[in-house]
Amino acid sequence: MTLSKIFKNTLLVLMACIVLTACATKKEVETQTTTTTEAKTETTETKAETIEPIAGQMQGDVYTGTDSVGYLAEGVKDRVFFATNESILTTASRETLRAQAAWLRKNPDVTVVVEGHADERGTREYNLALGERRANAAKDYLMTYGVSSDRITVLSYGKERPVDSGSTPLAWSKNRRSVTVKAN
Amino acid sequence: MTKKFFLIILILFPLNAFALIEVDITRGNLDPLPLAVSPLSIDEKSRLSLEEILLKENIGSEISVVVENNLKTSGLFNPLDKNAFLQAPDIAHLKPRFEDWSLIKAQALITGKVNYVEDKLRVEFRLWDVLAAKELMALAFTTVPTNWRRVGHIISDKIYERLTGEKGYFDTRIIYVAEEGPKTQRIKKLAIMDQDGFNNKFLTLGNELVLTPRFNPTSQMITYLSYFKNMPRVYLLDIETGTQEVVGDFPGMTFAPRFSPDGKKIIMSFANDGKSDIYTMDLENRLVERITNHPSIDTSPSYSPDGKFITFNSDRSGYQQIYIMRSDGSDVKRISFGNGIYGTPVWSPRGDLIAFTKMHKGKFYIGVMRIDGSGERLLTENYYQEAPSWSPNGRVLIFYRETKTDSSGKGFSAKLWSIDLTGYNERLITTLTDASDPSWSSLLSN
Repeated sequence: MTLSKIFKNTLLVLMACIVLTACATKKEVETQTTTTTEAKTETTETKAETIEPIAGQMQGDVYTGTDSVGYLAEGVKDRVFFATNESILTTASRETLRAQAAWLRKNPDVTVVVEGHADERGTREYNLALGERRANAAKDYLMTYGVSSDRITVLSYGKERPVDSGSTPLAWSKNRRSVTVKAN
Repeated sequence: MTKKFFLIILILFPLNAFALIEVDITRGNLDPLPLAVSPLSIDEKSRLSLEEILLKENIGSEISVVVENNLKTSGLFNPLDKNAFLQAPDIAHLKPRFEDWSLIKAQALITGKVNYVEDKLRVEFRLWDVLAAKELMALAFTTVPTNWRRVGHIISDKIYERLTGEKGYFDTRIIYVAEEGPKTQRIKKLAIMDQDGFNNKFLTLGNELVLTPRFNPTSQMITYLSYFKNMPRVYLLDIETGTQEVVGDFPGMTFAPRFSPDGKKIIMSFANDGKSDIYTMDLENRLVERITNHPSIDTSPSYSPDGKFITFNSDRSGYQQIYIMRSDGSDVKRISFGNGIYGTPVWSPRGDLIAFTKMHKGKFYIGVMRIDGSGERLLTENYYQEAPSWSPNGRVLIFYRETKTDSSGKGFSAKLWSIDLTGYNERLITTLTDASDPSWSSLLSN
């Protein structure tokens, strides 16, 4: 315990050093920009938000709350959430997708679009690809549980259609999602 | 250029062989060259005729304002206050009294004359070296009157080239995405404007989402991503005719398009089964060629100016990094090794640098590195900014920046910015609406 505490403290000090040196070097590069100072205050805000615990809404940085979640059918959640830059399905995601697959097997006429999304903290083109990768992770899982591939269309929106406009880790976690939408 | 608004350039006098004033543009210019842009003189008859056509009281002054603004925004020149000018525009154009101009500390002087002859606008200008008491350059242009802003841009390019030894970038246009509405349901349209923000025109209506427009080398065609019928595909648009067509027949999303330097191919990503690879399509014979084949995401491809190499973005190492390869997809080499992750590589028109977006510790940077990955230089840092595009002379980068937003959507904006390769002269480019994904055209008069 104490060892890890010491380790944590040194890490914090080190990080502070890195931040400080980073600021110092930046000044040389951009003496003219007025926006630099604005940007600097913004980081400290973001930092504060990351440290602040968001009880019960996120695990790691995967959203676990219910805000923004819709339903494909009664008791069948329409979306699953992802960690930053990841397309791995969590245990909770797999449970949701199994429920979706079960419902789709019972309703064989329904076709779906799986929409993949990314948060705003990435470049637009990479996020389009990432959204597609996430939607495909969900599609593959639905297929494993008996939904035929011709009933599933994949559509990536990248960072273009967030559900939460906020620039906070919690908002970003809600936006990193794949949503199964009825197409007919 | 086979442009509708044909432009006749008459060289009145040969150029002087050696430059007396020199502007060094390779380093940050903290001491811009003071120069005087005298309003172009105009005779009363021409003034009245042109006022009737263009609804501008004095088109001579208007053109000189275009020149002045261009030179000023380059950050290399400091146009002096017209109120301090001692000599009248018409007399200065014939024979400047250099003592008067050196008195107000002008090192260079631009004078000119406007006429309306046979339904045409005729503009002549002269560039003078005040200290050496010498004429450096004299040119005249004849064009349709509605083309007056372009004349101003071409004059600016000529002056820039004469004083810096490098091609200018003022007679150019920017294609971008105009944005409106709430962040969760953004409406996006293709828009085009002159490099200085004038002559804005929307090219699509906003019925479908459009992203990442890019010019072809002659600046007459655009390739972009459209969500037409909810199928994200790469499209081709002819600006003059308005004709649009989908590029290739891919069973999934195609995105991140750009033209090859000869304009004959489009290079883009195709996403399939969770992986994105790079493809090209030949616009003449429609042949599709696969360039990369890897289970990772390969995107944002950009050719070297000679067409022999491609730089692209891939997460094959685990995170987004910048790679280069031969144009046939062989010899893939990672070139970004700094802290953080890297995206949107774009090859400079000079061939020696790659511009990129870097993400590190919650910040976004626009930077440049040499093509072997050495010499990384970060030009600007912000909360969110990406997608640099080079000016045709490789001296300026344009990109877009977004602001932080609260959950109700308040505080959000997306704007175009430009910054010099030196890291100086960062500027907001004013647009009618919010704007993103800018792409710079080639020099239109060449």
